[in-house]
Amino acid sequence: MRAAVIVFPGSNCDHDAYHVIKKRLGVHVDFVWHTEKDLSRYTAIILPGGFSYGDYLRAGAIARFSPVMDAVIDSAKKGKSIIGICNGFQILVESGLLPGALITNRNLKFLSRDVMIRVENNESVFTSKYTKGAVLRLPIAHKQGNFFASPDTVKKMEDQNQIVFTYHPEDDKGNPNGSLKSIAGIMNEQGNILGMMPHPERASESILGSSDGLKIFESMLGIS
Amino acid sequence: MKAKIYLTYKEGILDPEGNVVKRALNAIGFNSVEKVQFGKYIEMTFSNVTREEAKKLTDEACRKLLANPNTQSYHFEVVE
Repeated sequence: MRAAVIVFPGSNCDHDAYHVIKKRLGVHVDFVWHTEKDLSRYTAIILPGGFSYGDYLRAGAIARFSPVMDAVIDSAKKGKSIIGICNGFQILVESGLLPGALITNRNLKFLSRDVMIRVENNESVFTSKYTKGAVLRLPIAHKQGNFFASPDTVKKMEDQNQIVFTYHPEDDKGNPNGSLKSIAGIMNEQGNILGMMPHPERASESILGSSDGLKIFESMLGIS
Repeated sequence: MKAKIYLTYKEGILDPEGNVVKRALNAIGFNSVEKVQFGKYIEMTFSNVTREEAKKLTDEACRKLLANPNTQSYHFEVVE
């Protein structure tokens, strides 16, 4: 087991993810610079949060053309587990590895606070350690986290159980950014790529106020 | 040769900035303003290409990078 935390110019949650995997879980993990073209030695890949390329043009739009992304796409095809958190999620939708788009929050504000999210699908490689319907407390920190997709796409995602996390409760108070169907996290059809706006790596030890996010890393890294 | 590119949200996409500005305009008396849509304007300057080549390149750049096909539509003009 060997995990890679991809570092883009402007990533800023890379050390948090690295810390959780190495110190909390004792799994071998490397920082991998965005110019790397070979990820074959890694079994799990983390695209961390941050502001890659200053969020210029659209969040994630430029990072998706980084040399490492070809290797990420190749790893995806091979069925390796890939998680994109916040800016990592934005990069995954821009690259087409996940459906939909992440547009500016409904209230136009950068939101930095804890939210509650509900586990809608606990049969994924990322959520197998949670019970269905479990409610987790995780922080968000984003301005472009408002999930949007066409009605056809949303229907397909629902039919295939691709909606993994929703904001809870699903009303204006619970849904911080205006996301369609209160979506907080989704996965691809094959179920090996997860994208989510909340930050599980910032909620993986009780000293930080919540350790609700740790099981995502335990699940995807196959720690029993 | 220069391309002038306009990006706008597609119909049906929430445009929070446009909505807020529309409400502000109505509030200060511009009552006939029915809709405000925000977008992006980009200028791209070329060297040594024909007008047809510039159009083709601009279209390709919009599709590959400048616009997000899920949420944005684009149009452009090429000027000398």
